[in-house]
Amino acid sequence: MYRYDEFDAGFVKERVDAFRDQVARRLKGELTEEQFRPHRLMNGLYLQLHAYMLRVAVPYGTLDSRQMRKLAHIARVYDKGYGHFTTRQNIQYNWPTLADTPAILDELASVEMHAIQTSGNCIRNVTADHFAGAAADEIDDPRPYAEILRQWSSIHPEFSFLPRKFKIAVNGAARDRAAIQAHDIGLQIVRDAQGEIGFAVYVGGGMGRTPMIATKIRDFLPVADLLAYTQAIVRVYNLEGRRDNKYKARIKILVHEKGAEWMRAAVEAEFAAAPRVGIELPAEEVARIKAYFAPPDLAPRAHSLAFEARRRSDPAFAAFVASNIAAHRMDGYGIVTISLKPIGGAPGDASADQMDAVADIAERYALGEIRVSHEQNLVLPHVALEDAPAVFDALAACGLATANAGLITDIIACPGLDYCALATARSIPVAQRISQRFGDTARARDIGQLKIKISGCINACGHHHVGHIGILGLERKGVETYQITLGGSGDETCSMGALTGPGFSSEEVVDAIERIVDAYRMLRTDESEDFLTAYRRVGMQPFKEALYETSKGADI
Amino acid sequence: MDFGYQIFHSQPGSRLMRYAISANRLRDGLVVFFAPGETWVEQLADARLFDAEAEAESALERARADEKKNLIVEAFVFAVKAGAQGPVANHIRDAIRATGPTVRRDLGKQAAG
Repeated sequence: MYRYDEFDAGFVKERVDAFRDQVARRLKGELTEEQFRPHRLMNGLYLQLHAYMLRVAVPYGTLDSRQMRKLAHIARVYDKGYGHFTTRQNIQYNWPTLADTPAILDELASVEMHAIQTSGNCIRNVTADHFAGAAADEIDDPRPYAEILRQWSSIHPEFSFLPRKFKIAVNGAARDRAAIQAHDIGLQIVRDAQGEIGFAVYVGGGMGRTPMIATKIRDFLPVADLLAYTQAIVRVYNLEGRRDNKYKARIKILVHEKGAEWMRAAVEAEFAAAPRVGIELPAEEVARIKAYFAPPDLAPRAHSLAFEARRRSDPAFAAFVASNIAAHRMDGYGIVTISLKPIGGAPGDASADQMDAVADIAERYALGEIRVSHEQNLVLPHVALEDAPAVFDALAACGLATANAGLITDIIACPGLDYCALATARSIPVAQRISQRFGDTARARDIGQLKIKISGCINACGHHHVGHIGILGLERKGVETYQITLGGSGDETCSMGALTGPGFSSEEVVDAIERIVDAYRMLRTDESEDFLTAYRRVGMQPFKEALYETSKGADI
Repeated sequence: MDFGYQIFHSQPGSRLMRYAISANRLRDGLVVFFAPGETWVEQLADARLFDAEAEAESALERARADEKKNLIVEAFVFAVKAGAQGPVANHIRDAIRATGPTVRRDLGKQAAG
């Protein structure tokens, strides 16, 4: 994986030193809160409901064991023994003090991590497929391109004060696991007729209060033009994007108001006009960055008899294999998803001890490589199937072997009103109660692939718009209420969920989800038809009837 | 496991409603409440309660002097009601601030009690 060079290390150190000075001046009263807040936010430090919250970037979700141990150390020493992995492939600490934050940033810098650009109206952490470099269906590893974009966009002077925040995602496989069409810019790696690698470019996707699916403005962008074209898009946005209303300031609104054709023409014109010197990507530079992400030297392995024997004899292991081990590009290996969704647990939370355990397991069995997924799970990208039983046992020993990846209990939830100052309702307790309702593994497996995503306000950090079932927590007259959407999807068939109708109280919402699930089981052609496919076939109406049916004659 | 948080939301202007002032402490960000003697305390039970909103708003001016002294940030007035164990914030957001995450009863102010 990418290692900082001297430039990166020096830059991060300077930033930490500057922030230490700013914190000291703030505590002494030499800076007012108004003067200090922008500095605090540019270093990822928010003030939330109970305390400060520090958001640490995990670039394209890639970590090594050393870095994971450092995250555990920070959780233990500076926080309350846990961290929260987010839908942006980042980690958030919920209880750091302002006075400690420079020391935390020093600790992060010692393992080449930071919290820069995790807030503010700039280009945020570039995200990528969490199976990158390992997936059987991969065209090319998206991470070198994400890293090039990260380097280019870090404290980019022209793009540090955009109309609003800006999120880029890169996907390298046929299957879109990075939700690129729900991002400001989505880059899909493709091959042209000559077999050359390039990008299909999507612009103007996003969730929040105005969900939009991105528009494809380029079928094929050569790798050499990656930065020049991205620069053209961000320039058009920086110049033309609205600044009069923060709720209309994202690029999706610009694309929506001006139209896709206008956007395509404006970007192409800027792209054609801007000088290429210093922005065209030389092949040598791409190769240099790619070398950091070179595939590990894995030799194909023969069919593992031990793996098969355990799978036949142990239903718990068999269930884990079925849901949590995905196909690897190399024979005899698998990609292991470590679910951070224990039944009844808070989605995305991991204790310091669990982080340390994952670091140890990764080091012993998975080349020390770990990924954070936008679905709030961890991933061991390279595990020999021969070792899978040992990995399963080690994960089970620390409460991390829940066999539910992709199933109904693998729920995304934002922190919600339990932690977040912006939230209008709680998310985590709803996730916990749904998880408990469907906690039985056999039942969850019968229901099959079903993504429930919960947000505690319209900002949609819980990605509810692209949930097969989405839940949005709102407040009505001081009481939490939950709207439900159906049919959303963040993959290559991207769609935004449609509202079922009136919302449900906290007490009612889990029963409502169960009625939807029961309706699906009645409606599906057979067990092979998953929820989303069934919904797309039958539409909203039968679900609506199931959801809002009233017992006839009750009002006599 | 207790997932619920009882909603105490009452109608504005209720005779039972009283008011308190909260903020976050600058140094560690923790929730604090304006208390008798114009100090800041960590528990709502120890906070100064005002009978009228206008009275609380005028005390907020004095509380905000501590923003200038770099002790606290983001001071505001909120409504409370009498509960069996002392004052309870009327709005769920303020109630969660005053107690801690409802999903982690071992954390926040509720853990201290």
